[in-house]
Amino acid sequence: MKQIFTVANKEFHDGLRNRWLVSITLIFALLSVGLTYFGAAASGEMGVTSLSTTVASLASLAVFLIPLIALLLSYDSFVGEQESGTLLLLLSYPLSKSQLLLGKFIGQGSIIALATLIGFGASAVLLYFQLEDDAILSAFSLFILSAILLGLSFTAISYLISLSVSEKSKAAGFALITWFLFALAFDLALLALLVGVEDGISQTGLTQLMMLNPADIFRLVNLAGLDSSDVNGALAVAINASLSQGQLITALTAWVAIPLTLAIFIFKRKKL
Amino acid sequence: MTTPIVSLTDAGKSYNKLDALQSVTMTLGEGEVLGLFGHNGAGKTTMMKLILGVISPSRGQVAVMGMAPDSKEAWHSRTKIGYLPENVSFYEQLTGLEVLTYFAKLKGFNKKQAIDLLEQVGITHAMKRQVKTYSKGMRQRLGLAQAFIGEPKLLLLDEPTVGLDPIATGDFYRTVDQLKSQGSSVILCSHVLPGVEQHIDRAMILSSGQLLAMGSLSELRQQAALPVQIKAHGLNGAMANHEHLAHFISPTCSQTLNVPEAEKISVLKTLLGFEHIEDVHVESANLEQVYQHYLALHAQQLQAKGQN
Repeated sequence: MKQIFTVANKEFHDGLRNRWLVSITLIFALLSVGLTYFGAAASGEMGVTSLSTTVASLASLAVFLIPLIALLLSYDSFVGEQESGTLLLLLSYPLSKSQLLLGKFIGQGSIIALATLIGFGASAVLLYFQLEDDAILSAFSLFILSAILLGLSFTAISYLISLSVSEKSKAAGFALITWFLFALAFDLALLALLVGVEDGISQTGLTQLMMLNPADIFRLVNLAGLDSSDVNGALAVAINASLSQGQLITALTAWVAIPLTLAIFIFKRKKL
Repeated sequence: MTTPIVSLTDAGKSYNKLDALQSVTMTLGEGEVLGLFGHNGAGKTTMMKLILGVISPSRGQVAVMGMAPDSKEAWHSRTKIGYLPENVSFYEQLTGLEVLTYFAKLKGFNKKQAIDLLEQVGITHAMKRQVKTYSKGMRQRLGLAQAFIGEPKLLLLDEPTVGLDPIATGDFYRTVDQLKSQGSSVILCSHVLPGVEQHIDRAMILSSGQLLAMGSLSELRQQAALPVQIKAHGLNGAMANHEHLAHFISPTCSQTLNVPEAEKISVLKTLLGFEHIEDVHVESANLEQVYQHYLALHAQQLQAKGQN
């Protein structure tokens, strides 16, 4: 346990030193405050708009940003240390592979979690003082929780990438493709399936397919509770056949645990 | 007899069909310094990884302090093993002290020990600076400090003197001698370097995963039967006319005699009998020559095998 903490502490401080925490927090804070105040500018209004519009716009931006940030933060975690020779050295220490991996996960995960909490939390507090509506706190808690899980999920996925390749540049390439597939291509494919193939897929079938993408689960969590007028695309269909929030959060947690377990498995079999 | 610190019994490692290390049997006792020599890809690093327990042997047994190093029981003895990898660049953005503190903590020590070690390798003045500003020699010293954490019972050093200036190299060998006198065992892995000979008890020569020779330097010299070079000055061709000495004369230099170890004394006696002799210089084959000899022998054997 002490070993895990030592590694986590080092990774967390790396995140502070590289200004990752500050940058991510700033991006999230600007984004959420901006959207909170100017989200309705397109419809000619200014100032705080409805809660559902704000959360909907935040969710649709966060779903692109968070996976990208998580992948950027962690894609070189292992392949980078392998290239510089410190991975071999660390493994000659009284430190197991799972301890090293979990330590890194806790350290880098804390950076993402803390940035999400502070960044989005700031606008939640701001909004709460303006509207004094308790619904804000519950909606934002759910949003922040699911955003953290989304970030952790992509951190675990980037470990899979980092452990499977032998060069840093390859890991960067794979990270980009992964982001493209999960954040963009998957949804387009679903939409194509929905529109292009008549009676091709039922509502339940669509929702089940969406469980294959953590980004879509995140969307479902945050949009399911809102007016469907703020939601469009494949999601609007899925929402009607939606699973409960608890089930969705469980599915998202599984998207953290499964890649992480798989990463430990790959690490243990990795040839050094 | 005490149990050896390291023992390999027919241990080998293969990757797919490639033998990175063929069956090797060796032991390393307490307080012994072993030099491990070979070209790149000879299997030196593979052997070190086997001893460290980072990889498991494909065949045979490896035991370090009586346990298989890749097993769970060996976990605690890892604290007593120091390792300097061949190519390591430490976390560039951290300071030297932060790097060493991190590694010290992983071995159960603290910042104070890290500071002491930095002082021991002589980079205290730079410990608050980021590693990316370090010279090659300073990085190597930091790596050595890392390997010395916790006064290890067993040290595995891969190319320890690369990048060190002569003074730092001297310091390094003094530290090795000191650790040896404290009972630590050391495996020095290197290309053959001048100056290493006085500090090792035994040498091991590897080539393409095969153990070519192992033993103390004098044993290896004897096995190789390399001639002793004797240079005599002031004789002006008298050697060439002497019936006994003439056939020892080196083909490349008429002042030099290549004499088999067994005949050394008799040749010297003869030389000292000459009236005009001014100076005699006797040089036994050095490690590099022994090393070259075994490599050449190995190449010849391979060729002979190919022809059959």
